[in-house]
Amino acid sequence: MDFSGLIHDFGPLTITGLTQGAIIALFALGYTLVYGVLRLINFAHSEVFLMGTYACLFVWGLFGLDQNSAAPSAGKMIGFLVLGLVAAIIASGATALVVELVAYRPLRRRNAPPLAFLITAIGASLAISEATGVTTHRNQAGVPPIIQAKTVIEFGNVRISNLQILIIVLALVMMFVLDRFINGSRLGRGIRAVAQNPDSAALMGVNKSRVISLVFVLGGLMAGVAAVMYDLKIGVTRYDAGFLLGIDAFTAAVLGGIGNLRGALLGGLLLGVLQSYAAGLFGSQWLHAAAFVLLVLILLFRPTGLLGESLGRARA
Amino acid sequence: MRGIGVLVLAVLAFLLPYAGSIPGIGPQIITQGIDWPSALFNMSYYVLLSLGLNVVVGFAGLLDLGYVGFFAVGAYGTALLTSNDSIMHTKWAWIAAAPFALAGTMLAGLLLGWPTLRLRGDYLAIVTLGFAEIIRIVATSTQTLRGDRGFTGIPHPPGSFSDGKPIFGVTDATPYFWLGLTVIILVILGVRNLDRSRVGRSWLAIREDEEAAEIMGVRTTKFKLWAFAIGAFIGGLGGVLFAGEQGFVNSQTFVLQFSILVLAGVVMGGSGNIAGAILGGALISYIPDRLRGISDPFFHTDLYEYRFAIFGVVIIVIMVLRPQGLIPSRRRAMELKDREKEVAPL
Amino acid sequence: MSEPHIETPQELDDANARPVDEAVPTGDAAVPVGRGVRSEDVLLEVDDVTLRFGGVVALNGVSFSLRKGEIFGLIGPNGAGKTTCFNAMTGVYQPTSGAIRFQGQSIVGKKKHEITRGGIARTFQNVRLFPEMTALENVMVGADAHHQTSVLSALFRLPRHWREERSGRERSIELLKFVGIMHRAGDVARNLSYGEQRRLEIARALATNPTLLCLDEPAAGFNPAEKADLLALIRRIRDTGVTVLLIEHDMRLVMGVTDRIVVLEFGRKIAEGTPAEVRDNPAVIAAYLGVPTDAA
Repeated sequence: MDFSGLIHDFGPLTITGLTQGAIIALFALGYTLVYGVLRLINFAHSEVFLMGTYACLFVWGLFGLDQNSAAPSAGKMIGFLVLGLVAAIIASGATALVVELVAYRPLRRRNAPPLAFLITAIGASLAISEATGVTTHRNQAGVPPIIQAKTVIEFGNVRISNLQILIIVLALVMMFVLDRFINGSRLGRGIRAVAQNPDSAALMGVNKSRVISLVFVLGGLMAGVAAVMYDLKIGVTRYDAGFLLGIDAFTAAVLGGIGNLRGALLGGLLLGVLQSYAAGLFGSQWLHAAAFVLLVLILLFRPTGLLGESLGRARA
Repeated sequence: MRGIGVLVLAVLAFLLPYAGSIPGIGPQIITQGIDWPSALFNMSYYVLLSLGLNVVVGFAGLLDLGYVGFFAVGAYGTALLTSNDSIMHTKWAWIAAAPFALAGTMLAGLLLGWPTLRLRGDYLAIVTLGFAEIIRIVATSTQTLRGDRGFTGIPHPPGSFSDGKPIFGVTDATPYFWLGLTVIILVILGVRNLDRSRVGRSWLAIREDEEAAEIMGVRTTKFKLWAFAIGAFIGGLGGVLFAGEQGFVNSQTFVLQFSILVLAGVVMGGSGNIAGAILGGALISYIPDRLRGISDPFFHTDLYEYRFAIFGVVIIVIMVLRPQGLIPSRRRAMELKDREKEVAPL
Repeated sequence: MSEPHIETPQELDDANARPVDEAVPTGDAAVPVGRGVRSEDVLLEVDDVTLRFGGVVALNGVSFSLRKGEIFGLIGPNGAGKTTCFNAMTGVYQPTSGAIRFQGQSIVGKKKHEITRGGIARTFQNVRLFPEMTALENVMVGADAHHQTSVLSALFRLPRHWREERSGRERSIELLKFVGIMHRAGDVARNLSYGEQRRLEIARALATNPTLLCLDEPAAGFNPAEKADLLALIRRIRDTGVTVLLIEHDMRLVMGVTDRIVVLEFGRKIAEGTPAEVRDNPAVIAAYLGVPTDAA
């Protein structure tokens, strides 16, 4: 254990943690949204994220960009970034919707027992990640350096790069937009209504199927953004990237209070920072194991998380 | 009448190593990319794992996503006690190590079960998944368990023929298959005994309505723990046999996908009944092994590598189209049909 | 078949006429255990129990006791707290304050299966059978409650397993006959008629060999003939030595079968006594009819 290192690098570790946490928070939104409305842990959400990481690579590849390319100029950088985001959002959203339509909806129609949904979810997760693994020969895929990381702010031994600022700002913006949407729009009201009481919502004219599809797509959208950020930050992706980060994201969702949107943000940032410190102390190979242990502890002792479960807020 | 049918099946099972000699279809049935006795041995420990997971998922209704963890504890337990590479330097014979490895597995089952059994079904699933992953990470990252270097020189089961040659050698997997088959038969008898007793009744009651069961006097925690321990024991048996046959154990074997593959076997075969678990277990091993040696035309990858993807899809297909599995238990089929008639909330 | 005879209140009174030890005061005054009742006759005591759910006070200082061998009724208008009280008495809810003692020992905090093995059995308002098990299997689960066969005994088919399986099966068959559904023993519980399911639940509860049987609205949804059968069944149960507690809305049934009644309203006990006393109690009438009490 390296305590002196932790204290010395506290600043940089915190910034790294917040950046990672922002990605985790966006990723966690998918779990929390679906759980809030359906009481279902969408195991396949990790592969929703995975598809996003590959989609932007694919689009960038169409322009001849790969991990060995030179960084593009400022104007092109923004263009490629937007392109990558769009591609990832479409891929992730579509994956989420397909999983819902193919795997979950038929089960809901048959009033399948809850165990069945979990089993199907994990089947979907395995199918997608393994299909990806086989077609990529389980190799990593490198990410082109769309953004040239440059230190923008510096104080003491803390250096904050443009990429880190972009990630944190983008995450906060997306969360803000989502929050406004859920709380301010008609569709958002529909989501909250179905989350609180599906039967009453239906009686009030809310189209439950459409709301559910929307929820999956929204979660996928957020995951797509997280995926692009992940690619830019980590520099590689692989068929199992979804699974490992998915554990972190699910832990974050539960930590903040599953079903609670603000909880996902809080949980994500908190987990990112805690993991960063833990990596400083123990070494990074224990990161995901540490997240798991934290998850188990939360589920055993405070399953409602920090902010409590509630997409619809006042839940008994 | 049924007893005779089962007896005939058992005898036929012992004759499986000679299936290649069946005129006509024989050569089509047996595997090409891997020798047939080895494929049969693989099927035997997959069937064991399916039987064990079936006790946990099918009988007690507890979704364990980390079942491979128990297999790992059985295999690593054996390795630690028998291998030259082990820091324990005990270098026991396989047969001596087996009971201790199994005891370790049951202990692991209790340790996992005790804090987690009061969790809700979906949270229990995640925690068990975490358990298996933590074992894998520990196996990969710690010196004691030697990561992917693993443990070599694990001794084989004892016994030799009259001419001194060992029964359990390194070239022919057939004796291992017969040993596995014998273990399977004993496990089936044991599980059947439990099913047709107050234990099986309690498990079923817990699965149908846990709170009502407890109010009727069923000690729910005790029986759930026993389901976990028995499931762990059977999984550990698979691990002990595996270690004895391979002679080598490393962290590559115990990936999470393996747990889900076994779950696919139980679900596909038909959870909650023994015949279903056997069929499912056999299929998840036989089909990939049968596909070995055949490459796909696009990526030129051996079809065996597709097994996890294939069975991931199979899980979805089964759950959507035939959730009671290939061999449904009478109860499960009715349970599902009755649920369909109820109004679904969403 | 002739119309089932529906007893008039007078006929019910006559059929149930019993000597009253002493006049039991009605109203909020707690009935001291000593009043005409030997303490060894008390089976279950509810002692100043208050139960809060968050801000709602479901039970407020309720006290009464059940005597061995009686059929005891717990009634009150909707929302009075009957089900809450019932659940507290059977160990499903824990009181916020006060004590509940069964055979002199507190049951607060005990696990549900411990309470059952201690001698309190119950049925459910919305029948909670094990739907995919047969009627016989359902009852056998109850019979298992006192069995000692361990997992290892079952695994290795030791003598105890065979002994207890046989005795459990025999007892279960006896109970199915006792409640009158033996002909449905091999049928899956889900396929039984509503009336048969209710009787099966009673059989299953009796299989746990209780000292006290608690019935939660056992006559809900019954037609008069079925109610008459139920009445007879309850009396037969009491005759085997089991004390019976029941919640019921049907006044005729309650008046017809119980020895004593406690009436709750808004979480408080407002009356206690024999059916005759309770029926004429102005506070009880007011509670049910909503007439302001000063008009009595």
